[in-house]
Amino acid sequence: MIYSCEISHLDDLFKEISSFEKLYLPVDENESLSSRYEVYSEGKKMSDRLNTVRSPKDFFFPQTENLMAFKTEGKKIDIIDVRQENEDFAVFGVRACDARAFKVLDNVFLKDVPDSYYADRRAHGTIISLACSRPVETCFCHTFDIDPTEPDGDVKSWKTEEKLYLEPVTEKGNKFIEKLLSVSDILKEEGTETPADVAKQKEQTKKIIKKLPLYSLSKEKFGAGKTEEYFNSPEWDKLSESCLGCGTCTFVCPTCQCYDIKDFKTNNGVIRYRCWDSCMYSDFTMMAAGQPRHHQKERFRQRFMHKLVYYPTDYDGLFSCVGCGRCLQKCPIHMNIAKVMKTLTPVSDGGDK
Amino acid sequence: MQKLTRGELVRKAEELLDNGEVKHVLGWRAGEFDYDLTPSVFDTKDDIEANFRFDDFCGPNFSKYLVKKTRELEGKILVFLKPCDTYSFNELLTEHRFDREKVYVVGIECSGMADIFKIKEIAGEGISKIEPDGEYLSVASLYDDEPVKIKASDVLEERCINCKSKKHVVYDELLGEEGEEQDSGRFEEVEKLEKMTSEERFGFWKKELSRCIRCNACRDVCPACTCEKCVFDNPDSGTQNKSPATTFEEQNFHIIRAYHVAGRCTDCGECSRVCPQRIPLHLLNRKFIKDIDSFYGDYQAGQEAGQRNPLIDYTQNDIDPSEIFGGAK
Amino acid sequence: MMAERPENLIPTIGVIKDIRVDTPDIKTFTVVTRDGKKPFDHKPGQCAMLSIPGVGEAMFSITSSPTVTDRMEFSVKKCGRLTDILHQTEIGQEITIRGPYGRPFPVDTDFKGKDLLFISGGVGLAPIHSVIDYCLNNRENYGKIAIVYGSRSKNDLLDIDEINNVWAKAENTDVYLTIDRAQEGWNGHVGFVPNYVTELGFDTSMTAVLCGPPIMIKFTLQGLYSQGFKPEQIYTTLEMRMKCGIGKCGRCNVGSKYVCKDGPVFRFDELSQLPDEY
Repeated sequence: MIYSCEISHLDDLFKEISSFEKLYLPVDENESLSSRYEVYSEGKKMSDRLNTVRSPKDFFFPQTENLMAFKTEGKKIDIIDVRQENEDFAVFGVRACDARAFKVLDNVFLKDVPDSYYADRRAHGTIISLACSRPVETCFCHTFDIDPTEPDGDVKSWKTEEKLYLEPVTEKGNKFIEKLLSVSDILKEEGTETPADVAKQKEQTKKIIKKLPLYSLSKEKFGAGKTEEYFNSPEWDKLSESCLGCGTCTFVCPTCQCYDIKDFKTNNGVIRYRCWDSCMYSDFTMMAAGQPRHHQKERFRQRFMHKLVYYPTDYDGLFSCVGCGRCLQKCPIHMNIAKVMKTLTPVSDGGDK
Repeated sequence: MQKLTRGELVRKAEELLDNGEVKHVLGWRAGEFDYDLTPSVFDTKDDIEANFRFDDFCGPNFSKYLVKKTRELEGKILVFLKPCDTYSFNELLTEHRFDREKVYVVGIECSGMADIFKIKEIAGEGISKIEPDGEYLSVASLYDDEPVKIKASDVLEERCINCKSKKHVVYDELLGEEGEEQDSGRFEEVEKLEKMTSEERFGFWKKELSRCIRCNACRDVCPACTCEKCVFDNPDSGTQNKSPATTFEEQNFHIIRAYHVAGRCTDCGECSRVCPQRIPLHLLNRKFIKDIDSFYGDYQAGQEAGQRNPLIDYTQNDIDPSEIFGGAK
Repeated sequence: MMAERPENLIPTIGVIKDIRVDTPDIKTFTVVTRDGKKPFDHKPGQCAMLSIPGVGEAMFSITSSPTVTDRMEFSVKKCGRLTDILHQTEIGQEITIRGPYGRPFPVDTDFKGKDLLFISGGVGLAPIHSVIDYCLNNRENYGKIAIVYGSRSKNDLLDIDEINNVWAKAENTDVYLTIDRAQEGWNGHVGFVPNYVTELGFDTSMTAVLCGPPIMIKFTLQGLYSQGFKPEQIYTTLEMRMKCGIGKCGRCNVGSKYVCKDGPVFRFDELSQLPDEY
């Protein structure tokens, strides 16, 4: 079932949602062309920008989070579990690229040995995704088979000139809509057919996608099992020659999930926390005895091989890039995965190991 | 809009490669779009013909790259430096960070570089083409049939609006016309901050710095940050990078960095250019520059290679701390 | 609620029950739980994360055999911040411990019925100590066992008492010790491990386990190959920086494999499929 609300009542809808759970909304920042997620409060307007600078991965995998605490006295140590169950929350306006990124993160954090910190947030967060109607030149989600007019998420939404349409697709999404209906005066049933204005918007968006400069960018030559073809590609030297070794690409990336665990001494104990880390950093793999990646070229290669080859090898061919274009916009030297994909050529004989 | 053309730079590069003066050319490599150029080394004329770019999007300052490139590459490197870049070059020479003999500097006239974010603010997002057109940039969009004409001087980077100098302080050869030091308004923003109450100022920086994602791009691009091992990368320092364990640390990182480059920062503005969160980091450095000017007399880092900056040079006329902080002499 | 959310990153308390000084820079720590038991069961070659809160956490090979059921032992070389502090601890000090991590040696499958050749240098004995003990404790499952172990000097040979008194006396087991340079009071072999292995000339049907410094591995491997050993019959363990131990923090990968969960034990034919970045 698709539900709808008049655009003029959008603010009321947000009010209704926040009456039963915390609602996060992308809002414009003062800074040019930036938006970020904030907790909705009356008067906040949803940004029409495509992507927030920081991706919504923060909601489930925050940049810094405390894992546990310790109290030490003499030779004794006490471990304090600082985990608390999260409250339910909803994230509105997640674009198709970012919505797919959760699937990439879920594979890492929920499979095999689940990460309880991530799992708890994920269990309590409802994703209300928003279809794109104005892709920009840095967009290439289509390269990874993502349809920006049909985003993943618990509830999908489309915003046209007249209305906001909501369609729950998961169990969590259905529960969310039930809760919303129980308090809402403005949400109406729209039927099961795609509304005409949504259909029109989808068609227009698809036309634009065909005009995108990266429309022809293909992932086909990469994927599971291609390590030997690309690890020793001759182009890595040139591609990485100016890489600053900063963490911008990693930290704005919705799928990068590497982390560090560190101890922080407080006045009365120790907090063990985890924080985002970057394979681009020189100390990422540093050991007391040395390290396997001596140069920036090797760190640079790791990041792209992981997205294009290693991750697909480990997770049934799924790529860990979603084509959101953040790194294309933010890299200080404008080097990025699109350029890497276009430039790399396979080493046909598997290279000289 | 640059007065100097790509063709002039290309001809110069090819001439110097041909006559054997240099073996490599450090320049801007064409990207996917019209504005995403990458600093890169060119070794052949074919590569230069095909991929070398010079236009309003050549913001990156190459001086710091010379530290690494002069070590990695055999043979002399031609580097194109805009006036502001030459100050960083001199400062790095002062700090003995690379061998001057391995570099051939071609100073290039600069009319100011464009800020792509300002262009997008005016023309909208979804840019398909940007072409120079006299004093204007013609910006075509995925969504409009007609390109938008934007005056190049309306979308300059902040550091170019407040350009401190159009004069090259070092070069082996010059392309285009030499300019003069500028009477810039670069301290006006600092003065605005100085006029705030300390609470307001603290609030301003707290808000700005709270957006920091600790990517370290500001540090990694900074020509004054060339330590072999940064204190923020050293696990034994207790201030290792990556993330703030407390909000204080977030602020600490930038303030420590500003202190560390004080007296050596040439105000090249690369920190603010690369910040993914567009935090006006250059204002921290500019405050130091302004204070140094007022305490020790006008001083410009990088003006001359080999000069001693006032913070590491004692004279009997140096200001007494009591004149700033009060108290007994 | 918390009980329903087990968390692999949260360790338990271990108590250092005994400290043995093995060499000038290697000590062996005996760790038990607060109530005096073995912290958890493990298999030969598996590892555990040890930490001292406020200093750091790192991955260590479990040196003791799974057949030791009342404690766990770790031979630790002093080479960094955490190990420096560990070396300063006294008996009774509590630490944190979590595990076991990693893929063990295939002692109950591929190794069964085989003649085994263990080659090790320096602290490289730590990761294979548990395998050797396990095999000797289940002697009937394996054929001939040969152990080649070398170090810089006789003072740097790890577990020398156990080697001489237990391993060397075990049934159908040969122990070959060597040190790099001649030394007073040493009547045994002098020379580097790779050369010694070549000199000894082992039967190429044996299954070999290699563990030691990279340079030792490199030359020993060349020697074994030239004698006719195949990559499929040689095992080693890899060492990488690790933080989580469960394949999530992203730093210990070699290609698509994570050393913490897909290793640390690898066969050389498996390694040849991976990029040369370890």
